[in-house]
Amino acid sequence: MHLDAKIPAGPLAQKWDRHRFETKLVNPANKRKYSILVVGTGLAGASASASLAELGYDVKTFCIHDSPRRAHSIAAQGGINAAKNYPNDGDSIQRLFYDTIKGGDFRAREANVYRLAQVSNAIIDHCAAQGIPFAREYGGLLANRSFGGAQVSRTFYARGQTGQQMLLGAYSALMRQVAAGKVHLFPRREMLDLVVVNGQARGIVARNLLTGEIERHAAHAVLLCTGGYGNVYYLSTNAKACNVTATFRAYKRGALFANPCFTQIHPTCIPVHGTYQSKLTLMSESLRNDGRVWVPKTAGDKRAPTDIPEAERDYFLERKYPSFGNLVPRDVASRNSKEQCDRGYGVGETGLAVYLDFADAIQRDGQATIAKKYGNLFQMYEKITGDDPYRMPMMIYPAVHYTMGGLWVDYNLMSTVDGLFALGEANFSDHGANRLGASALMQGLADGYFVIPATIGGYLAGTRFDALTTGHAGFTDAERQVEERTRKLLSIAGKRTVDDFHRRLGLILWDHCGMSRTNEGLIQARALIRELREEFWQNVRVPGSAADLNQSLEKAGRVADFMEFAELLVVDALARQESCGGHFNEAFQTEENEARRDDQNFCHVAAWEFTGDGRDPNLHKEPLIFENVQLTQRSYK
Amino acid sequence: MNKTINLTLKIWRQKGRSDKGRFETYAARDISTDMSFLEMLDVVNERLTLEGQEPIAFEHDCREGICGSCGSMVNGRAHGPLKGTSLCQLHMRHFKDGDSLVVEPWRARAFPVIKDLIVDRSAFDRIIQAGGFVSINTGNAPEANALPIAPQLAEKAMDAAACIGCGACVAACPNASAMLFVSAKISQLALLPQGHPEADRRAMSMVRAMDACGFGNCSNHRECENACPKEISIVNIARLNREFLAAGLISHER
Repeated sequence: MHLDAKIPAGPLAQKWDRHRFETKLVNPANKRKYSILVVGTGLAGASASASLAELGYDVKTFCIHDSPRRAHSIAAQGGINAAKNYPNDGDSIQRLFYDTIKGGDFRAREANVYRLAQVSNAIIDHCAAQGIPFAREYGGLLANRSFGGAQVSRTFYARGQTGQQMLLGAYSALMRQVAAGKVHLFPRREMLDLVVVNGQARGIVARNLLTGEIERHAAHAVLLCTGGYGNVYYLSTNAKACNVTATFRAYKRGALFANPCFTQIHPTCIPVHGTYQSKLTLMSESLRNDGRVWVPKTAGDKRAPTDIPEAERDYFLERKYPSFGNLVPRDVASRNSKEQCDRGYGVGETGLAVYLDFADAIQRDGQATIAKKYGNLFQMYEKITGDDPYRMPMMIYPAVHYTMGGLWVDYNLMSTVDGLFALGEANFSDHGANRLGASALMQGLADGYFVIPATIGGYLAGTRFDALTTGHAGFTDAERQVEERTRKLLSIAGKRTVDDFHRRLGLILWDHCGMSRTNEGLIQARALIRELREEFWQNVRVPGSAADLNQSLEKAGRVADFMEFAELLVVDALARQESCGGHFNEAFQTEENEARRDDQNFCHVAAWEFTGDGRDPNLHKEPLIFENVQLTQRSYK
Repeated sequence: MNKTINLTLKIWRQKGRSDKGRFETYAARDISTDMSFLEMLDVVNERLTLEGQEPIAFEHDCREGICGSCGSMVNGRAHGPLKGTSLCQLHMRHFKDGDSLVVEPWRARAFPVIKDLIVDRSAFDRIIQAGGFVSINTGNAPEANALPIAPQLAEKAMDAAACIGCGACVAACPNASAMLFVSAKISQLALLPQGHPEADRRAMSMVRAMDACGFGNCSNHRECENACPKEISIVNIARLNREFLAAGLISHER
């Protein structure tokens, strides 16, 4: 298989314009004749649904929740980047592009990232026009703040609830199209399989989560906007319903899965404190603008943080990275915190935490100013831990947060299956091996509002479609497989719960394929995952029936897919014999313990092809060609 | 730290919409006070599963108080006893060993029970569909800084926009009114210039949709404000009334 990214010719800055001009258009009167399924209603799915409906396409939108407004984009706190250069501090499209490419440790496609930077400004314009209450300066103009990994202030925000406000904006645009009859909304549906007919994605099979009924939906194109797979680790900052099922089912139907080992561990989360813990909570990294990260200079120092004098504190990020200080990219910050804890300098009951201290900022700016910036985050921290961060430093530790890997897509966001597109976190395309802060909202909305409306027409206008009904064998076959699997899950009646298995799977991955990885550990993890998967299919207990609202069954299906997907993640990590971004293999590091890339051998996208159950997947490589940036060792010193 | 407590739970169990439903009593043993309320329910559900019973169905997702999925009445209070806190952010350190807790779903005609603690809140989506948006298509927007907005207005709009659509306001209201929810969206868009061109139509049509969904009227009990996990103020209801009145008196939107 030849992976053609379909990157337009010409100079970088002109590729997108040129591509839009050269892409075939669908006649306005014909748009309604094309039906498009959008799975997922986060930033990417909601914005794509609304924008495609505005253009006149016949859109059906599916979400797993009772309402599209609950998708997990809602939890993004810190902000959204754009190259507006309002603060006049030297930002530009070129700089946002460069920062994003560099932040991703040179493992993303130049053309895609440049386009992202180009459309970033239009996103801010659009969201402001939707009535999103962005933070503003005294004169009424939009405020900016700086954010992890950037030396300019280019992040727009709405308190610590930027994701919520952007999602509610996209949600209301979607609701407007539902009211207009242009989008047909299917809430409480879970996509369980993709239907491919003659090499084209032509529909999905979904379960109605209220009745258990299996439904068939046919269309001309399918958009997966189903988010990332962070929950494969069980504990993550993802919402409980986040899962890999839709993209993994697509993988099993022929779509290549790219870079699954690129997972992001976010540095500022509330530490774990018990085996019953069901999820981890992120504290926005915007906190690192004013908070200072430190550990005691003496290992095992058990004094209260406020009793440790200044001279006995090690502000390790400021010490090691004087120019970026506490604002180094996420992967760097996470690894350094882990390193401190591994060496015994960790704090708190478990020793798996470092301090994030606001005392200096409060003294400098006053409590009111700090409260205005971070009030809701401080409140959330206090609710969860019972400690008041205005008086005591926060305790933080890294947690799984975002997954850069996803379905392989070309410049048009189309996967290797014709007519199957992947948007937002569900694709792999823009963040390389590490995503910078405030870039996820930007990418989800860029894909949904601006990229897909321009690219999908090229596919639809240039493709011949056979008439198709849901009676086609493709649908019958997919539905039969889904039902068989459900029957099997319910019939095992073993001795361990789904959560029990999921927790164990997560631990295997966290220990062996987390912040730092070794070849021996990865080989061991692969064996452990296989063993656990075997036990799962013999010993899981799923109560209830298939013809009812059954949350245990929903979880079981997702965990069953995680069990298989986890192995793919480990296989990818093993194949990538270098360190880059979020993928840190201990065998490949510089003398200063930074990730050491191998641009000679691994400057490519690793895209995996499913070859059958129990068989090794096939690796396809898309070489990454850099014509506009120089590959350098990332340095944040 | 690391303290554990034992609780008695009386939880509403209802198989489906047409089932009458009843309270069942469960013991929650050795509950760490660091757990959230939902984690406590997870523990109970794990045990029920292993004992061959069906676990308690409850809605939840982000578990960080922002998605608005979760919510139940705990001892008669929406989201439990802690002010400004959704159920997922309510931690067990706020309960005492030996406490008895009654847990039941939101009760409102417009929110029929689907199963156990899960209710149908699609009425909220229908209200937003009636006008909870600015009518702008992708691509239409002018340069963002072409329209300065006083920060105090943006802040007030943000206060209202913080609504998570959980439905606690409806559950807490003796009339099962959705006025706080509706007023939060109307206020956000009434405070900002982007919302002005459609303000009259929005107020009329969202209030009509609210009535059509079967929500009750507001009679100033203020229970909604008290129960709201995002502490949205009833000042918004006053603003909604003003908007609605103005729309009815002077606009062409009837």
